[in-house]
Amino acid sequence: MSQKVIIPTPLRKFTSGQETVEVNADTIADVFTQLESQYPGIKARLCETTGELRRFINVYVDGEDIRFLNQLATGVGPNAEVSIVPAIAGG
Amino acid sequence: MSYVTGLKCRECGTHYQLEPSAICEECFGPLEVSYDYESVRGVLTREAIEKRPKTLWRYRELLPLEGEPTVGLHTGCTPLVRADRLAKAIGLRELYIKNDAVCHPTLSFKDRVVAVALSKAREFGFKAVGCASTGNLANSVAANAAAAGFPAHILIPDNLEKTKVIGTQVYGAHLVPVRGNYDDVNRLCTEIAGRYPWAFVNVNLRPFYAEGSKTVGFEIAEQLGWQAPDAVVVPMAGGALITKIFKGFTEFAEIGLIPSAGTRFYGAQATGCNPISAAVKAGTRDIKPVKPSTIAKSLAIGNPADGYFAAGVISDTGGWSEDASDDEIVDSMKLLAQTEGIFAETAGGTTLAVARKLIAQGRIKSTDRVVIAITGNGLKTTEAVQLETIESIEPRLAAFEARLEKQQIAAAA
Repeated sequence: MSQKVIIPTPLRKFTSGQETVEVNADTIADVFTQLESQYPGIKARLCETTGELRRFINVYVDGEDIRFLNQLATGVGPNAEVSIVPAIAGG
Repeated sequence: MSYVTGLKCRECGTHYQLEPSAICEECFGPLEVSYDYESVRGVLTREAIEKRPKTLWRYRELLPLEGEPTVGLHTGCTPLVRADRLAKAIGLRELYIKNDAVCHPTLSFKDRVVAVALSKAREFGFKAVGCASTGNLANSVAANAAAAGFPAHILIPDNLEKTKVIGTQVYGAHLVPVRGNYDDVNRLCTEIAGRYPWAFVNVNLRPFYAEGSKTVGFEIAEQLGWQAPDAVVVPMAGGALITKIFKGFTEFAEIGLIPSAGTRFYGAQATGCNPISAAVKAGTRDIKPVKPSTIAKSLAIGNPADGYFAAGVISDTGGWSEDASDDEIVDSMKLLAQTEGIFAETAGGTTLAVARKLIAQGRIKSTDRVVIAITGNGLKTTEAVQLETIESIEPRLAAFEARLEKQQIAAAA
């Protein structure tokens, strides 16, 4: 089984322009580790040096914001869709 | 003639070329338009402004277009209403209502940001536009896109007020209601904007769009006789407007149009969606997202990306924030209507309700010169105002007099 990860425009330079990539992970932290091993340098854009998710990034698992779930420890099911979205709101 | 020098990240300061991009590639912070203020000073003078037509384009040197605007040519310069009856009712000496409930063409302050965004979309060569919206932006993009000849893709949560839905659909836009809240819609629009070459006014065009809100601040300062007020109370949804009114006053002071003022900024939210006011009251700028539940649907953004900056402006200027319950919101909508003849939407009721709390707390002083920002028209959220049904009368004078007596209204002599 593998999960789809939707990559936002500013990060596609790490994934050779791919908008969607695949991983096989248990948690979001695990997703990030796998992304980093496939696309080196990407994790530093997502997380602070402390390991926390950067302020202006939102991560969703099947449409749910991980900040409402278990942060980086949020579990990722076998067919889950993970979406990384820069925080922009207001309208 | 443009005085724009480029885009700059508000978080880490990295500079970028002027392009339809809203996010810093280093830290994902929001990008903001930067200007050559030294060159603007001396060109954008009080005299120059006063000679120009009464639209927001009178401040064009501080707006991010290269050439002439093509959209929103009649937008802005809404009334600043001196509100003495309301002031008396709530314990203030000098109160003004900045009344964007009558902004042209769709009766909310969003017409300002859309005028700028769509004019810029034309400059960038986009062929279609779009937005994610809680209602007012949808109305404005739909209307302005129709007038400008752009196809428009407009995404909204599927639980918006009926008048806001009609007020978008009637212009012929491609309207897509989404089964979710605004935060879901915004996320989806970000994904769509990453795939289609459209100008999403509050996604890829966001830095340009946001500049339009400064004109609320510019106008307040000009209408007060080239000065900033002591206090301004602003509703907060995504949190951008309050930061842009602050930027407006700051820029005017920077180029010498107004004296540097110590205006205190106060933010208003609904208790049912109060992530920013909760942060302010807890003394932090870190926003914890919430799941919204409030009649103030235009303020129902549970994860406000500008919340961090809004909390910053409030804290840095010595202001504060409060939130109001659904009942308090409706009560204030009625108070504004009945003292000043202004029918504001739920966001307006929220702003007034919060102003009243801040006055009761002594944070806004009775001697302050105060401006309350009313951002949208009450006819768009009539569902929120439950008024009693009035029974009709027969078309006879006696019937009217009986009714008058029942109402115990003294007949005019």
